[in-house]
Amino acid sequence: MRVLVAMSGGVDSSVAAALLAERLGPDRVVGATLKLWGGSSDSGCCSVADVEDARRVADQLGLVHRVFNFTEEFDRRVVSPYVEGHAAGRTPNPCIECNRHLKFDRLFDRARALGFDAVATGHHARRATTVDGSHRLLRGADPAKDQSYVLSMLGQDQLARSLFPVGELTKAQVRAEATRLGLRTADKPDSQEVCFIRSDEGRRGFLGERLPLHDGRLVDHASGEDLGPVAAVELVTVGQRRGMGHGHDGRRRYVTAVDVPTRRVRVGPPEAADSPGVDLHTVTWVDADAGRRSPFAAVAQCSAHGRPAGCTVRPVGDGTLSVTFDAPQRRIAPGQTVALYDAAEPDRVVGSGIAA
Amino acid sequence: MRAYLDHAATTPMHPEAVEAMLPYLSGTFGNPSGAHAESRRARVAVDDARERVADLVGADLGEVVFTGSGTEADNLAILGTLAGARPDGASPGPVVCSAMEHHAVLEACRAAARHLGVEVREVPSDAAGLVDLGALANACTPDVSLVSVMAVNNELGTVQPLEEVARLVHRRSPGARLHTDAVQAAPWLDLAGLTALCDLTVLSAHKFGGPKGVGVLVVRDGVRLEPVAHGGGQERGRRSGTQDVAGIVATATALAVTAARRHRTCVSVASRRDRLADGLVAHVPGLSVTGDRSRTVPGHAHCTVDGVDGEELVILLDDAGIAASAGAACSSGAVEPSHVLASMGMDKDAARSGVRFSLGATTTDADVDRVLAVVPGLVAGLRH
Repeated sequence: MRVLVAMSGGVDSSVAAALLAERLGPDRVVGATLKLWGGSSDSGCCSVADVEDARRVADQLGLVHRVFNFTEEFDRRVVSPYVEGHAAGRTPNPCIECNRHLKFDRLFDRARALGFDAVATGHHARRATTVDGSHRLLRGADPAKDQSYVLSMLGQDQLARSLFPVGELTKAQVRAEATRLGLRTADKPDSQEVCFIRSDEGRRGFLGERLPLHDGRLVDHASGEDLGPVAAVELVTVGQRRGMGHGHDGRRRYVTAVDVPTRRVRVGPPEAADSPGVDLHTVTWVDADAGRRSPFAAVAQCSAHGRPAGCTVRPVGDGTLSVTFDAPQRRIAPGQTVALYDAAEPDRVVGSGIAA
Repeated sequence: MRAYLDHAATTPMHPEAVEAMLPYLSGTFGNPSGAHAESRRARVAVDDARERVADLVGADLGEVVFTGSGTEADNLAILGTLAGARPDGASPGPVVCSAMEHHAVLEACRAAARHLGVEVREVPSDAAGLVDLGALANACTPDVSLVSVMAVNNELGTVQPLEEVARLVHRRSPGARLHTDAVQAAPWLDLAGLTALCDLTVLSAHKFGGPKGVGVLVVRDGVRLEPVAHGGGQERGRRSGTQDVAGIVATATALAVTAARRHRTCVSVASRRDRLADGLVAHVPGLSVTGDRSRTVPGHAHCTVDGVDGEELVILLDDAGIAASAGAACSSGAVEPSHVLASMGMDKDAARSGVRFSLGATTTDADVDRVLAVVPGLVAGLRH
């Protein structure tokens, strides 16, 4: 078996590569760093320093290391939709789109073309294979670092060729392993935020360069009363509290809806920001034969580290899902991905969808 | 044994050049700028090397400037000329360059645009991989201060029509300096013919069997050049910094060896290249050779392969023991989309399918056999 391991230059993928090299022998493992972003970046997998870290670790492990230039696909599949989403008042999750289109699609195609049997990443998630040969996607062993949410759109085809070597470890164990092996990435901080947005420019600076930002009006969600100005409606997210002020009763206000065309941001008290459910499109299933037509109980997770919420999922005829929470939840911003887990086996991902 | 077919990226050093540099790495280690015997010996070595290089490129001793790389020599030629163009400090006239130039030239021109406020005009190429002379003529207005057209394109190996370029520049932009990046020309072309046409000519030692880390700028007497690196005033004030004595000596030797064997090497390499290119075309459906072969240097065989990603083919070739390249490798090792193929108007998919085999004096028949044996299967596998 030959494995291509995606090395971002961080500690998780460094240890993933080390574990594979130990298990399979360094001749059967090749490290690859993806050059995804052509612009300036201070984190993620794109800076020259990160490529160097990955290359030095690969060299230390005796692995061939390559750099793949996927900047064009990344721009087309991740960055442009991110900008367009914000222009339309949605809040896309670029990490999920990167996994969907780059790491688990473009990279998989390339790995197959180059004769690899599997692709490994440093994600904190686990893959389990059942007796009938199908694959399950489970939360990582470290609940605090679990990344099954950003992998929730994977299907059987991808899981069959995916390896998550650090999924069985806690973050502390990963760092201990890196220290034991003397890897230069052992103490490297976890990457934060969106990899293509520099911390000094922020989301506002990044999007402001790429789309016109419009000032708008805050209006009451129920009465429609004008509550004053709001800056850059394209940067406001449903559920947001920061910068929305307080209502007449002194309670904090939350965003309930963003309407970019009319430049209106609707706000209301905490209970107005909650919602009984959410509709999902771009639905994926981990099981190939999910064929779910009748309603079923599940657990929904609506952000990378969101709190799981019990729900009932109703498939709608056109391939979309209607999710009803057991208890109202903070409203999900359109564009966000919702990961669905099995109600009886809450570590097990069943599928995903994007909030309408 | 691996088959090395990436001589346009770099060449193994001529053994004579390695031999020539060794005494200057240990025994004769002096700084050529000093006032004692050790320095004098080093200075004599640099002077001798400069004289040999000057003879080989048809220049005068004082016209040869040694730098730390071909890139540095290109930067000095472009930025140094522009900085020296207008003593009154006004912005120099526009710069014209071909869009297929090496990044050393393109980025130096763009830096001039940013820092000196110079207008840069990039001229596209035709389908044969040659600079479009009609477009060049349009770009060459009387106020142009500098024109830069490479002698041989690094990706395609196409020999650019420098005589026509020079005539056109002198007629339409009489005040302009003509610069040529001749880095890919050195193994194959008569360099005196190039320096006779151009005010500024750049070579890089490691492309002709010399060491990495030495560039040569031939600057015609009378061309005003402001230094880019300031300091002790070495190289007649044009490039400060202690000279790499051993590297410069080896460069002169490598250039002498290259020139002495040029004719023979050209004949034998061209026949191997033809066998390689013809064999690939015959055995790989959908493969075509880029550019007009009669106007390509003997070492280059650039092809596009329908439906194949050049980066993937190069990786599989590497796994099979063959070194080739796709596009221009950036410092990280990632393959950048080819701006050369884009300058010819090639669409993205075709440009992505480019692979370059570049042969050199040390390429053997067995290397060619190996490529011909391996490529058809790899391409079929990638299309599967």
